[in-house]
Amino acid sequence: MKPAAFDYVRADSAQTAAELLQRHGEAARILAGGQSLMAVLNMRLAQPALLIDISRSAELSTITVTDGAVRVGAAVTQAQLQAHPQVPPLLALAFPHISHFPIRNRGTVCGSIAHADPSAELPLCLLALRGTVHLRSARARRDVPASDFFTGLLSTARRADELIEAVSFPRPLPDQACGFAEHSRRHGDFALCAVAMVAGPGSLRVAVGGLSDRPQAIDLPALDGPALDDAINELAWSLDVRDDPHTSASTRRHLLRHLARQAHPTTRRST
Amino acid sequence: MNHPVHERDALHTVALTLDGRSRAGQARPRLLLSDFLRHELGATGTHVGCEHGVCGACTVRIDGVAQRACLTLAVQVDGRCVDTVEQPPGQDTTLDALKAAFKRHHALQCGFCTAGILMSSADWLRRQQAAGHRPDEAEVRDMLSGHLCRCTGYTPIVNAVLEVAHA
Repeated sequence: MKPAAFDYVRADSAQTAAELLQRHGEAARILAGGQSLMAVLNMRLAQPALLIDISRSAELSTITVTDGAVRVGAAVTQAQLQAHPQVPPLLALAFPHISHFPIRNRGTVCGSIAHADPSAELPLCLLALRGTVHLRSARARRDVPASDFFTGLLSTARRADELIEAVSFPRPLPDQACGFAEHSRRHGDFALCAVAMVAGPGSLRVAVGGLSDRPQAIDLPALDGPALDDAINELAWSLDVRDDPHTSASTRRHLLRHLARQAHPTTRRST
Repeated sequence: MNHPVHERDALHTVALTLDGRSRAGQARPRLLLSDFLRHELGATGTHVGCEHGVCGACTVRIDGVAQRACLTLAVQVDGRCVDTVEQPPGQDTTLDALKAAFKRHHALQCGFCTAGILMSSADWLRRQQAAGHRPDEAEVRDMLSGHLCRCTGYTPIVNAVLEVAHA
């Protein structure tokens, strides 16, 4: 349980990190909080040649709140966003489910997005809220909507020479309500199934984690009761849910049907 | 400022404040903070369990914030303050109070997990106190969910933390 040898360098700015990525490409990995990466290295599931440590970059440690969005820099920890007065309401509901206090103290928001675990809460919330990933290479910047960013199991649209500089979560509209529910084997474990919902006037966006190789979202009209149950059942069958040694596909589909009722914002208010 | 690349096979000096004292040691980039504390600095109060962030035994405070030493590189704490369970009495009244409460409540048996639990609890309680919040049992259990203890059944640990929280 010790990592294989690697070179290590600190980068104080996004530009420095991007230049290092340009030079080293896939042989390099960005080290932010390391709460996924260090475990992966300790288990030798990855053996990068170079770690680029951005954890002490002041430039990347800022949370910027504008009228439209909360922009979270690459070195901002989950605990820092959780404690922020403008934490998006959906994230405030999701954070208690994200691992544990000492992990959130070091794990970063952008790191979870970059890792793209299909059961992780932050990618799910970014997708549910139609957030944006801000990528930066040494020569260019581009913004990718969350719906295009997650491309498969632990896979994203980030190119090898790009750094996730920040992610943006749109701020809630006055007539929006959100809900979140998940089930895991133990508190803080990855979700077997997690559901995030954002309800607006006449619309309901449902995002689901843990059921396929990436978080998935659909847009429905403002449904509840049996009509919502039917739509969720259709969604459950439309996803490519697989059996694994611990949980059958039918259990995961059952959890989705069950959790969708809990996550529905109007149901939550009335119960 | 551009920092030099730390070559994988070279030893690099890591200077830090450990439990209030200036210390320094040598580390290759891949050396974990948990192993640096124990093997390079001889500070064996911090324990090593799972080495992938699950068990919580290695939790220390870095610049006051409870974090896993097994998911941190030694070279990352150069110039920083690291507090462990070995912090001497008088530096942190919350930690001192927690240690006394753990003894009173028999909140440890083998003691393997205790070093990490105390560091998480001290950081967490400091934040609750700063916010003027009196945590309840459910909140204490939620905080402790990041730590595995195989002896106590957790109840004495919860009681000890609650006693300090409500003192």
